[in-house]
Amino acid sequence: MSEVPTIYEHMRMKGYSRRDFLKFCAWITAFMGVEASGLGKVVRAMETKPRLPVVWFHFQECTCCSESFIRSSHPIVADIILDKISLDYTETLQAAAGFQAEEALHQTMKKYKGQYLMLVEGSVPLGEDGVFCCIGGRTALDIVKEAAAGAKAIIAWGSCASNGCIQAARPNPTQATPVHKIITDKPIINVPGCPPIAEVMAGTIVHLLAFDRIPQLDGLGRPKAFYSRRVHDTCYRRPNYDAGLFVESFDDENARRGYCLYKMGCRGPVTYNSCGVIKWNNGVSYPIQSGHPCIGCSEESFWDNGPFYQHLASFPGFGIETTADDIGLAVGAVTVAGIAAHAITTNIKRKNLINQEIAESKKEGGE
Amino acid sequence: MKKIKRVYVWEIPVRFYHWLNFLSVTTLAVTGYLIGSPLAIQNSAEASFSYWFGTLRFVHFVAAFVFFFNFLFRIYWGFAGNKYANWKSFIPLSSKAWKEMLEVLKLDIFLRKGKPLRSTGHNALAGLTYFITFLAFLFQSVTGFGMYSAMSNSFFPKLFAWIVPLMGGDFAVRQWHHAMMWVFVIFAIVHVYLVFYHDYVEGRGIISSMGGGWKFVEKKD
Ligand code: HEM
Ligand code: SF4
Repeated sequence: MSEVPTIYEHMRMKGYSRRDFLKFCAWITAFMGVEASGLGKVVRAMETKPRLPVVWFHFQECTCCSESFIRSSHPIVADIILDKISLDYTETLQAAAGFQAEEALHQTMKKYKGQYLMLVEGSVPLGEDGVFCCIGGRTALDIVKEAAAGAKAIIAWGSCASNGCIQAARPNPTQATPVHKIITDKPIINVPGCPPIAEVMAGTIVHLLAFDRIPQLDGLGRPKAFYSRRVHDTCYRRPNYDAGLFVESFDDENARRGYCLYKMGCRGPVTYNSCGVIKWNNGVSYPIQSGHPCIGCSEESFWDNGPFYQHLASFPGFGIETTADDIGLAVGAVTVAGIAAHAITTNIKRKNLINQEIAESKKEGGE
Repeated sequence: MKKIKRVYVWEIPVRFYHWLNFLSVTTLAVTGYLIGSPLAIQNSAEASFSYWFGTLRFVHFVAAFVFFFNFLFRIYWGFAGNKYANWKSFIPLSSKAWKEMLEVLKLDIFLRKGKPLRSTGHNALAGLTYFITFLAFLFQSVTGFGMYSAMSNSFFPKLFAWIVPLMGGDFAVRQWHHAMMWVFVIFAIVHVYLVFYHDYVEGRGIISSMGGGWKFVEKKD
């Protein structure tokens, strides 16, 4: 056994067989969207690479990301990746508390400077010098900056850390801010969702572990393997959408038939996530499968893009129920009324003038 | 006594552009509105038997390509065409243009007859308005193709994918794309009315000019 046990060695110690190990590698490789030939690489990395030191921070959040992660359908994810191997610091799961916990954190940050992976769950408040979120007497802002300085890479878990989520919803009283707006000189992977899917989280970590580099990211810094397609693109109700068969209200015949939820405000067409493919809770179901429209929980400002059950959002500044269509229609009506008034006034005011011109033209025409 | 002469103002490419633009924008606004609020068609057929919503979107996208390339062509013609079609006639660069705008406002809003309008092509206010609609065209094209890039592997829509992160996500892009439709609707109403109005009060054949290309102006002796 090597001096610092590898992930594979850890797994063997925990009693997993080689067969379990290979199955796990195949499973996670498939989720990562790596082609089959990449499996060898993943296996090899797990066999040879020592543990990756990880610190996991919790700021303005509800811990649903951690909850999602430890409920991954594969036991090895929680057991090995999170619990036994990598986690040097996480407020939620660690046994240590207070001084000891902070001590462990600083040990890791010192010992593995430039090597550790920093995971952030939750947004960071900037308002009032950041006092809305303090740990051990220090603000989240302080902690993030310090930890990021020595991190190899940062993963922003969930919508809070990657786009602000509910804390950042209007009027955002604490000035909740996602990590990528605070730290700009480190590679940051955004893994949005409220929470993100466990397999997506695991896949992102394993990718870093196995390939030692950041997975391919899209324009919003999300791993393409999981966020390149819209919920709508993989939705099993899509044929109903294309056929124009829509649920009109939650208790109608169409809802029972399983028609498309577009008119109930489904955000599937504007939401990038893997819910339709990986699903939730061991692949049991996902919101749309349960008859509820997607609320777009992995997209920026999804709380402000409401009401949820309406296709068009309320127009900023015009009250909750007013959409762009209402405003457009009103402006259109005013325009038409204005034109009618204008046309009438024109004819009254300019009648003489026009009559005069008509007479003139008659003269000119030599009639 | 007034002497009238004919001037060939709108060349064939300009007129062709105008009516193709009319057709594509109308199609886009109607199909776009229906994409936003689809009709409630109740039928018990299986989804595999119909595709009307898919077709509706397809029509929107075809019209979008026509609209976009027609728009590009018009920009080109702003450099290649005659002086009435030139890009300079859309931007008030001279103080004369601003004075003319004032005259047009007096005529249009206060129904007052000032000095007769001198521009043969667009009057200065109309030119500026069209310039603003060009910006709206650009906005609609960028947001539209930005959304389209999510459902296409072609390189072309991908050129516009940057707008999505810039606006914060597809939802915002879609909302503004939708709201902008109303700008087109309102523009069309006012535009058509003003063309009729100016045809009436100026008597220079402005309506038919977009058909045959000719306008009538007073001859300077
Ligand atoms: C005059 C120009 C246009 C108007 C008035 C217009 C209008 C609209 C409207 C009202 C919607 C519905 C939005 C909603 O879901 O509520 C829409 C959707 C859309 N438009 Fe346009 N549009 C125009 C040009 C374009 C262009 C140039 C493109 C370029 C490809 C485009 C692509 C799209 C796309 C991709 C959607 C979303 C359709 C879907 O995912 O189902 N549009 N448009
Ligand atoms: S239910 Fe939502 S995601 Fe599914 S097809 Fe309809 S609009 Fe798209």
